[in-house]
Parts: sequence; structure tokens; C-alpha cells
Amino acid sequence: MDVEAENVEQVPRDEILQLYRSMVLIRRFEDKAYELFSQNLIPGTLHLSAGQEAVAAGVCGALRNEDYVESTHRGHGHCIAKGADVKRMMAELMGKRDGYCKGKGGSMHIADFNVGILGAEGIVGAGLPIAVGAALSCKLQGLDRVVACFFGDGAANNGTFGESLNMAAIWNLPVIFVCENNLYAMSVPYFKAFAIENIADRAAGYGLPGVVVDGMDVLKVYQAASMAVSRARKGEGPTLIECKTYRWRGHSRLKSHESKLYSPDEYEQWRKRDPIEVFKAKGLLSQEEVSAIEEEAEALIREAVEYALNSPYPEPEEAVQDVYV
Amino acid sequence: MREITYVEALREALREEMRRDGRVFLLGEDIGPYGGAFTVTKGLIEEFGPERVRDTPISESAIVGAAVGAAITGMRPVAEIMFGDLTALAMDQICNQAAKIHYMFGGQTSCPMVLRTPFGGGVNIAEHHSQSLEAWFVHVPGLKVVAPSTPYDAKGLLKSSIRDENPVVFCEHKQLYRVKGPVPEEEYLVPIGSGDVKRVGEDVTVVATMWMVHKALKAADMLAEEGIKVEVVDPRTLNPLDKKAIVESVMKTNRAVVVSEDVKTCGITAEISAVIVEEAFDYLDAPVVRIANPDAPIPFSPPLENYVIPSEERIVNAVRKIVKGEV
Ligand SMILES: Cc1ncc(C[n+]2csc(CCOP(=O)(O)OP(=O)(O)O)c2C)c(N)n1
Repeated sequence: MDVEAENVEQVPRDEILQLYRSMVLIRRFEDKAYELFSQNLIPGTLHLSAGQEAVAAGVCGALRNEDYVESTHRGHGHCIAKGADVKRMMAELMGKRDGYCKGKGGSMHIADFNVGILGAEGIVGAGLPIAVGAALSCKLQGLDRVVACFFGDGAANNGTFGESLNMAAIWNLPVIFVCENNLYAMSVPYFKAFAIENIADRAAGYGLPGVVVDGMDVLKVYQAASMAVSRARKGEGPTLIECKTYRWRGHSRLKSHESKLYSPDEYEQWRKRDPIEVFKAKGLLSQEEVSAIEEEAEALIREAVEYALNSPYPEPEEAVQDVYV
Repeated sequence: MREITYVEALREALREEMRRDGRVFLLGEDIGPYGGAFTVTKGLIEEFGPERVRDTPISESAIVGAAVGAAITGMRPVAEIMFGDLTALAMDQICNQAAKIHYMFGGQTSCPMVLRTPFGGGVNIAEHHSQSLEAWFVHVPGLKVVAPSTPYDAKGLLKSSIRDENPVVFCEHKQLYRVKGPVPEEEYLVPIGSGDVKRVGEDVTVVATMWMVHKALKAADMLAEEGIKVEVVDPRTLNPLDKKAIVESVMKTNRAVVVSEDVKTCGITAEISAVIVEEAFDYLDAPVVRIANPDAPIPFSPPLENYVIPSEERIVNAVRKIVKGEV
């Protein structure tokens, strides 16, 4: 599939606005979460996706509300782009009762079945077989739905990757495997964990198409995802999309320290390709549209923080509830 | 004696054993330049190089599988699984391969490997990163299971584990990494299978494991002010279990409270209580009391997590009751 050849004119106007809206909301959410975490208002740990917004926005932009998303430990962006409510996400991050999981899951385990978010995962690579099962279920039930499964470059070295791609291929399932190759799995840089240039090349070995996309360009991601989605809907089976991207912050918690171990100017180079700036530079939106979207995002995040701060903690005894149906 | 942390003690054990025996090598995720998620292997790659301190891809099953293969062919691997919860991804290799290879092949080979991994909660990282699953491994014949609570025990037991001919699941605890304690400069070993009395007392025996040892000791301090003398026994190894140390203490105090951070059903407290009932029944003045997590996953939110993990107050209250004859 040749992604470059696709034409921007073919992307509907409201889609273009929505792609930008998603990216800006994700960025504001992640920046705010970082700030709240630094103030000890969010316990535990956080895996932030600032820098990777184009992947979440582009892929989810190509999905319908009833399509599914399987997310990861770095999943805030996927959830926001798929339509999750930032109020309930923020409350969950703080461990509050009005959070998506009533405080039981936290940042790493957000789910919203009303908008097709099957859940974020704490176990790297564990989402792939689940996505395969969801896609199988869609097929068996004759539902016209597809599943987008996000995972990192690190996950592509887990055994579940091979098992899942193979199974999806032999069963011709409507699933899109989206590898967010942000060049690091915690501290380990890509070149130390892979002997190949592109993870997408592995697709051939399992009998599905593999595509490499510039993960800092939301339109390219959107177009690649749209093609994969349309293949899946037509019953033509799974696709692996590898998005080359980068995260602004460290693996979890606070500042980036990993990349300094290997390449001092790498961070600066990637910052120049900020997906939000790259998009703005295309000049597709007017200054008014840009400002309106940014203000709207600010307001949503302000509201979310207030909502989360005002939400009570769960009662301690709730810890033993919901163990069984 | 000098005091060092549990993390430093583990690192010293690894360094000493790697210097002593060229067959010992480490493998795991982010254990190289990064030094391990909890810094246990920090600095080791500088001394021993990337061949012996091997960063792996995120492939838990393959990490343990590679350790098994190396162990049965003459090496002494020490594998790190970043969080104890993730041993679930390597269960086949641990329980079906490592544990059974010696037995299944009629004693032709042994599998001298160590699997190090941190268990335990208390840091608000939710269901997938907080469990205490030691009992899973205790349930599999062929594995030894070690669970130290102090820097001294951690170092001595890790060295013994590396020298053991069997596969050892070496359980660490996130809350204990920063705990400091006396550790001698000179070489020593702590034998696998020997328990330790961490505090002497006459009125009641509290058998506790890992982080709970420290909570039991704090509870004992509080109870001492009320004149209740608590004996704290730390089994240190869960398989083989030092039944003698536990039973002798109970024979002396005639009362037992058993504390562990895993879930109650089929957990560590169940096994230890059964041992006490089987071997010291005639000495008991009260039923054995168990303090463990309720049968629920470990939730994220601080008030929820605090509810499930046994607290000092729960230990204090249980001891008060048993001493007053209220149970
Ligand atoms: C099976 C498993 N192994 C290890 C971990 C610890 N861990 C959490 S995220 C991570 C790195 C994941 O890298 P990648 O898949 O590239 O995703 P990224 O963090 O870059 O988004 C590791 C090692 C885990 N949660 N699950």
C-alpha cells in the first residue's frame, strides 16, 4: 500500500478538524497529568504519550464509534481519540470513585465499552491476543466492526506478537495491528532489541501486509489506517501498521533519562517534528479554527481536573466488591 | 557492623558470585546500562560487560526458557523478571520446564538457575504490578522458593540460591528494596530452608513473611508497651519451609498468628497454619489466627489498596484478642 500517494483533498473537512481536536486534547491531557503527578495528586505511575498524538488520533479517526480499540499502558491518547470522557479518565488517574474503573484501575487500565475501548493493559503484549479474540467475535457474530490494536515496539518482541499476527492472518480477521515504534522499550533502544530496520517487515512472515508510516504526520497515519480499515471491513483480513514516532517524556513518571544513554541530540531532532506543529504547518486550518479548538481543549481539561478533584475516594470496603459477577 | 540497603545487598551477592564463578550470568529486561527497574543490577554491566549482563527483549517466556537451556547445559543463569506479576507470562517455562527437567529426565540433568522477581504492593501500581504470588511456586514440586525480609538474609540467601543445584524462585519485595540493615563485609551464606526468630517473646508467636515481618516487628513494639511479649518468626524460605523453627516457637508461646501479603485462600498463611495445627495441636491454647489479603485483586486507589494489604493495626488487634482469650 502506498500511503504517500493519497491526497489530502480526499479527507473530509470535519475529519481534518477532528484529527486536530484529538491531538490537542491528548497533549493538554498529558501535560496536565504530568503536572498533577508532580504535585502528588496522581498516585502510582504514569506513562505519557505526548509526542505520539498523531498515531492515536490518526488511527481512531479512521474508526467508527462501534469499532473496538485495544490499548496499552501508554493508553491515554488512544482512549481520548476514541471518544473517552476526559473527566472520568482524570478521576481514574487520581484513584477516585467517579473514575472509569471506580479507582480500581488507574492510569494503566482505562476502559470504556460504550465507545469501544476494550481496555488498556499493564502487561506488555497481552493486548494482541485479546484483539484477535475481539475480531474473531465480530466475524462470528457478523458485526461490521473492526478492531484496532495498539502496542509498542517492545511488545513486538513478545511471543504474543507472532501468535496473534499468525492467528489473525489464518482466520482473516478484521484487525489492525498498530505498532507505535517510539524507538524505546523503557530504556532499551530499538537497535538493541531488533536486528531488522522495520517491524512492519515481520508481517510478511505471517502472511499479512505490513506498512511503515511517519507517525508524526497525522494525515499519513489516518490514510494508512483508513486503507487498513477498509480492507478489514471488506473481509480482506488484518494489516500491520508501524508508526515511527517518539515520546517527549521518559518511560514512566517524570523526565526522560533513557535517551541520553544513547544519543544526546536525538530528543531535539524529534521535537522539531512535533505532530501538532507539523499539522499546523500544512495550513489546512484557519487561525480561528486553531484557536477555537485549543480553547475548547483547555476548557475540557480544566473541567476534568475540577471533576476529578471533587470526586470522592472510594470507600475502602469497595476493594473487595466486584470480584465476581 | 556497616548498614546497607536490601538492593545493595542483592547487588553485592550478584557481584561476588559473578566474580567467584564465571558461569554465573544475568539476563532480563533493562538490567544493563539502565540497571534494572529497581536498580538491583546497577553498575554490574560496567564490571562484567554485556555478555554476562544481558539486556533482553520483552519476552518473559523466552527469558526464563533461555535460562533453563543455559542451566541444563552448564551455566548458572540468574534471570530477572521485572515484576512478579509477569511470571504469569513465563509459567510454562518455570513450572513445566525448570521445575520438572531434573525429575522428568530421570535425574540426568539439573537446572541450576535463579529467577529473581519483585512481588508486593503498597506503591499504588494496581492489579498487574502489585501481587504476591509466592504460593503459586510453592505449589510446584521441583522449585525452591526463597523470600528474604532483610538485607542480611537477602544477600546470604541469594548467594546460596546461585550455588544451589535446583531452580530457585527468589522473591523480592518492592517495599523492602530501600530497607537498611547490618550486613558483614566478609563472605557468608544463609542456608536455604532455615527460618529465623526476628524477635524473642513468650506470649504469642507471629509468623510473618517479607514486608509483613517489618509490620509484625512494629506491631510487637506497640504491644510491648501493653506488656504483651511477641515472638516474630520469619521463615525466610517458603519451600523448603523450616517447620521446626515455627513449631518450636508455637510450643513455647502456645498461640500463633500468621501474617502474609498474599490472598488468604490457598495462600502462604494457609500452609503455615496447617503445619502448626498438624504438628503442634496439643500445645495450642487458641485457634490459629490468619491475617492475609482478602480474596480480591490489588486495586489501584490508595484507600482501596490500604484496605487489602494487612496493616500493623490488624496484627496488633489480632494479637490482643488471642492473648486475651477472645478467639
Ligand atoms: C510482559 C511485560 N513485561 C515487562 C513489563 C514492564 N514494562 C512496562 S512498559 C515496558 C516497555 C514497553 O515498551 P513498548 O512496548 O515499546 O511501549 P512504550 O512504553 O514504548 O509505549 C516494560 C518493559 C510489562 N508491563 N509487561
